[in-house]
Amino acid sequence: MTTRQKVFAIVIAVSIFLLILELVRRGKLKEEYSWLWLLAGVIIILPVIKYEILAWLTQTIGAVVHTTALFLFAILFLILVGIFFSIRLSSLSTQVKNLIQELAIARLEIDELKRGKADT
Amino acid sequence: MFQDTVVIIPAYNELDTIFDVVSGLRNLYPELPVVVINDGSTDDTALEAGRAGAIVINHSFNLGYGATIQTGYKYALCKGFKFLIQMDGDGQHGPEDIPALIVMVKKGECDIALGSRFLGFGDYQSSFVRSAGVLFFRQLIRLLTAIKITDPTTGFQALNREVFSLFTRDFFPSDFPDADVITVLSRLKFEIKEVPVRMYPSSGRSMHHPFNVVYYLFKQLLSAFLIPIRSHQTYLKE
Repeated sequence: MTTRQKVFAIVIAVSIFLLILELVRRGKLKEEYSWLWLLAGVIIILPVIKYEILAWLTQTIGAVVHTTALFLFAILFLILVGIFFSIRLSSLSTQVKNLIQELAIARLEIDELKRGKADT
Repeated sequence: MFQDTVVIIPAYNELDTIFDVVSGLRNLYPELPVVVINDGSTDDTALEAGRAGAIVINHSFNLGYGATIQTGYKYALCKGFKFLIQMDGDGQHGPEDIPALIVMVKKGECDIALGSRFLGFGDYQSSFVRSAGVLFFRQLIRLLTAIKITDPTTGFQALNREVFSLFTRDFFPSDFPDADVITVLSRLKFEIKEVPVRMYPSSGRSMHHPFNVVYYLFKQLLSAFLIPIRSHQTYLKE
């Protein structure tokens, strides 16, 4: 890995770290979702610290060049992130549905109570 | 006959028909409470339903057919009703068939009675796609449960409290509860019977019939095939 490549990877990783920390600080991103992106930053830095990891990965999956392994794992990571969000989305949409249903029934009951009060 | 019974009608933009459907029911069975669940209609469906004498529950926005009837189940459960009739708001279902459906459930002959357009009253005309779909789901249910259902997509049903309280759980699909739900019921050993009903031509677009046939097929297939390998606990989860 050339020095230029190392510097570039570190800049990217540090930028991700700072961006995530800033988003959490401003309350735009919840702590519970930040770990995933902080992990992404760590993964980018790993080959800079220990290049052998990338070499080992490339060999293990049977790839010829290191960039293949890099891209493959990057895409794999994004797929897993996508699935994770789909799971969260499924449970959130169930929660929203339940809330709307309960709200609708509660609103009807409030209206009935109000009407009952008005009649007496 | 209608003690502890409620009618629920899911409705989304059914302005043209909802008044006639509700007032038809109210005239025929004045003692039977009618609840219209308005699924975020953009027209005056809720107003018309209320004017015709229905109790109206309003969703803040559109949730889908399954979630809408589920609101009806939740309402019936919290109000202590023991029996429930569900029908569409587009005028397809005749209120005169309600006694035949509810009697089956009240007598304990079954837990859920499905109104079938293919038994007895044979004048129902449907599109090719729909007929093909019905045939397909008939076979699918038969394959998975060994029971014969002629009209698996019917929205005209009578249910007892055990069934509609089960349907308030989170497994109940928000979009189209059809073959998959029947399969779940059969697996949980509920008694399912069909009753011949008239089916009038739909005067508008029914929310029960999806535009996206491919998605619908895929979804039904996936959930129907997952049912046998799911634990029973999935359906009992709050």
